[in-house]
Amino acid sequence: MDSDAIISALAPLVPGAAYEAGTSVDFATIYVPADRLVDTGRALRDTPSLRFTALVEVTATDYFPRDPRFEVVYHLLSIAHRLRLRLKVRTGASGSVPTVQGVWPSAGWPEREVWDMFGIGFDGHPDLRRLLMPEDWEGHPQRKDYPVQIRKPAQTYEPLEISEEEFKANLQRDRTRRMSQ
Amino acid sequence: MAELRTETMTVNMGPQHPSTHGVLRLVLDLDGEVVRSLRPTVGYLHTGIEKTAEQKKWQQVVPLVERMDYLAAQSNSLAYVLSVEKLLGLEMPRRVKDIRVLIAELQRIASHLIWLGTHALEIGAVSMLFYAIRERELIMNINELVAGFRFFPSYFRVGGLREDLPRGFHDAVTAFLDRFPGKIDEFEGLLDSNDIFMRRTQGVGIVSAETALAWGLVGPIARAAGVDYDVRTYFPYSGYETYDFVVPTAREGDIYARYRVRMRELRESVKICRQAIQRIAPTGAWACDDTRVVPPPKDKVYTEMEALIQHFLIYSQGFTVPAGDTYVPVEGPRGEHGVYIVSDGTNRPWRIKMRAPSLFAIQALPTIVEGGLIADVVAAIGSTDVVMGDCDR
Repeated sequence: MDSDAIISALAPLVPGAAYEAGTSVDFATIYVPADRLVDTGRALRDTPSLRFTALVEVTATDYFPRDPRFEVVYHLLSIAHRLRLRLKVRTGASGSVPTVQGVWPSAGWPEREVWDMFGIGFDGHPDLRRLLMPEDWEGHPQRKDYPVQIRKPAQTYEPLEISEEEFKANLQRDRTRRMSQ
Repeated sequence: MAELRTETMTVNMGPQHPSTHGVLRLVLDLDGEVVRSLRPTVGYLHTGIEKTAEQKKWQQVVPLVERMDYLAAQSNSLAYVLSVEKLLGLEMPRRVKDIRVLIAELQRIASHLIWLGTHALEIGAVSMLFYAIRERELIMNINELVAGFRFFPSYFRVGGLREDLPRGFHDAVTAFLDRFPGKIDEFEGLLDSNDIFMRRTQGVGIVSAETALAWGLVGPIARAAGVDYDVRTYFPYSGYETYDFVVPTAREGDIYARYRVRMRELRESVKICRQAIQRIAPTGAWACDDTRVVPPPKDKVYTEMEALIQHFLIYSQGFTVPAGDTYVPVEGPRGEHGVYIVSDGTNRPWRIKMRAPSLFAIQALPTIVEGGLIADVVAAIGSTDVVMGDCDR
């Protein structure tokens, strides 16, 4: 099934959605408007002639300085029909895309990774935290305008919230208690 | 009688726990011995390989991707070189395809042996590790023979292989293939009807076919639940359609079924290797004849001006890849290893993304172990065969 065949199969199922066939060298690619992504996903999963039951990958590409700069890419797999399909959603620097976790649970962590690496938000995601980078990291490393090597000041821990006198007193108290036993 | 304390207990496991296969951290909420919830934390092994790869030339990325899933290095690089070759539109000679298949299957055996050894070790069969590592050592020796490197041979190149097979390759592989099936019998003799092993694994950590697909666990985990999906048969690459092998499946979906599926995969890999080694002539083509990608032979470089220029261009500027994107999956030991690459038409990749089967397996870990006993957590992690280098990249 090529991109146009899948678009014509989808058109009656998701009325009013403006799909666009993408060019590719391997398998069908369609551009999906962000607001119709979840409907499209449900139709792709549940329609007997499509049956894209597995979402194998969610990722994104930064086409900086193009506008809109990001494309979120979903790779779907239909085992029943031996088909693969690539969905693409265009989004801008501060844009967001609805989560497809309700359709395919496997989207949860890959979407977190996309948020972590590109800073693309996913509306309705129940747990949108960084996945790979530390929680206090600044910036989104896979963006094209993020430098490859950055100098980050060494992380220091908070000083101990206990004065030297208190520390010594604690030691003393500990010692006397042990001696009295 | 005193009131029983009924609150749940939170236990931290990892990141430096011996059975977390690297640095995986789990936070478990326990109600007595029952796991109420499990929250995995990953990222301790994140090395930014995908970002680094964007600064490299296409050929220089091969050693980088091999360091992602470090137990199945050549499965990563096979997916990568196939994806770049797809954008370039290169077709490999028959012999190159067969050598790649042979090496990829040896890699699968090596990875499964590590899984077998560590998984059995964690369940209590300590000696399995020694037996498994001993056999894996022979595959590492073959890697060393082929490429001079044991873990990360970087033998696959865009456009073919790095060089021709060394002398003695056929003998080494044949000797291993003759010896190994007997060793599989030995492993199975130790574990298949081992009462302790069966009690620890049967009916534990069940993943149904629907759950496996919904969580993207395409690979041995789905096959143990009855899904016969295998990239090698569904979307054949590198000539797998010409090989005679079966895709092992099981019905139960528990840890024991995953063990059985992987053990039968070992036998199928041996079968594929036997067919491949018979097809591979001792000498012959080891790269395609596309002069954009493959440097000219050394004797020509020293005698012909054009060949010298070509050699210089390939090693200084690299080659350009037509703009576009492609996703190429291969069947790795842990499931579908896929590479998504985007080219902007220059000599460096615009974006490289590895589909990491371990990431999906760890994501699904809570659904596998929640409601079970804490003692089964370690068995469940082992049965998913996760590698943190693959997950965190």
